[in-house]
Amino acid sequence: MSSIPQELKYAASHEWVRSEGNGVYTVGITEHAQDLLGDMVFVELPDVGDSVAQGDDVAVAESVKAASDIYAPISGEIVAINEALSDSPETVNSAPYTDGWMFKIKASDEAEVAALLDAAGYAAAIAE
Amino acid sequence: MAQQTVLIGKHLESGAKVVDFHGWDMPLHYGSQIEEHHFVRTDAGMFDVSHMTIVDLNGARTREFLRYLLANDVAKLTVPGKALYTGMLNEAGGVIDDLIVYFLSEDYFRLVVNSATREKDLAWINTQAKAFDVKVTERPEFAMIAVQGPNAKAKVATLLNDSQKAAVAGMKPFFGVQAGDLFIATTGYTGEDGYEIALPNELAADFWQKLLEAGVKPAGLGARDTLRLEAGMNLYGQDMDETVSPLAANMGWTIAWEPAERNFIGRAALEKQRAEGTFKLVGLVMEQKGVLRHGQKVVVEGGEGEITSGTFSPTLGYSIAMARVPASVGETAEVDIRGKLVPVKVVKPSFVRMGKKVI
Repeated sequence: MSSIPQELKYAASHEWVRSEGNGVYTVGITEHAQDLLGDMVFVELPDVGDSVAQGDDVAVAESVKAASDIYAPISGEIVAINEALSDSPETVNSAPYTDGWMFKIKASDEAEVAALLDAAGYAAAIAE
Repeated sequence: MAQQTVLIGKHLESGAKVVDFHGWDMPLHYGSQIEEHHFVRTDAGMFDVSHMTIVDLNGARTREFLRYLLANDVAKLTVPGKALYTGMLNEAGGVIDDLIVYFLSEDYFRLVVNSATREKDLAWINTQAKAFDVKVTERPEFAMIAVQGPNAKAKVATLLNDSQKAAVAGMKPFFGVQAGDLFIATTGYTGEDGYEIALPNELAADFWQKLLEAGVKPAGLGARDTLRLEAGMNLYGQDMDETVSPLAANMGWTIAWEPAERNFIGRAALEKQRAEGTFKLVGLVMEQKGVLRHGQKVVVEGGEGEITSGTFSPTLGYSIAMARVPASVGETAEVDIRGKLVPVKVVKPSFVRMGKKVI
């Protein structure tokens, strides 16, 4: 069973969301998602300043197995990206919830955050 | 219910992620396929290839039969133990399977064929063998372990007794020898030195464990695919199948045209294809970010083709592929990656051998 931290929120498309305060949220992919994808070889991230809507494909995770779209779990503006992933994409595999984060969004609608899955909801979603 | 090799317990002990591979439960990786890949290139890894099918052929006319059945010519096999890579073609010149044939004695040859094609191969071989009075015997009682990498032979040697060591001493590439319980062959699917070892099922788990203790690391199907692709070796069902001519699959070198009077299955069709010209299988290299994948469209001078196998090359650090394209292809091409045409270099389909870049 893969780890699903209690304190995070989740999208059914396997992104996790962590509140950093001031309406800024860090986004990455779950341990379950990285396990499905296998060894990561490239991560293509959005540009800082991009406006994104919930559900937009904003990043691409290329693993040895497949190229996979990463979706914006909430709407807002990209305020930071994890530059370190360009040199070490494997961090997404080894530390998906910490150093393997992908981008930060300044949320434009906090209601979207509230509507995301909690850990139990995501666990149920991937058990199906 | 998927079939399992006798090594399934060992895979699970090593934390394998097991996937269905043409009806077999096989290890995809044991944690990281890229680490497994590097370990094979730099040290020694092992693969469970017990799902592959061993077929023994017996009879006085076996050589004559194989000279008819196979596109390569077993007349080249004059020293016992010598092996040959070849296509087995249909009348239309399409590839039923690619396989390795070993010459063991004048009335005894061994084939090792793909697992995904097992049933149709056996049906075809049995049908063709009747006229030659050759006995066809599948050998499911054998497991098979491929030990590959620069240190593979030395690590295997620590498990061999003196007579087995003597049997493999100085063995050249593409030979097989029965040494006690082990059939040891200097073949592989990685572009590295090493052995493929067939042994009785009941001995396999113990042998695997001893290899682990000798410092050989298990590697799964994922690493096997990136290693063989770097080595420019075809994967049946992906780089060629029954609808593809060996001439369009970089297997021209496996067709023995001489002697011209040798009639083999598919010869007439092949001669016509050769005269008319076919697509060719080339290598592609993309040094920028991204990964070339099976099925992507390739635009070349004079037409369009398709990637048959594509991957990220762990050894090179960028993406490589094999693509079937019009023979008019130049030194560069463009690949349609998710709707964007990306420039790539066209090279011979062989990228890494013996741990070294060859492009």
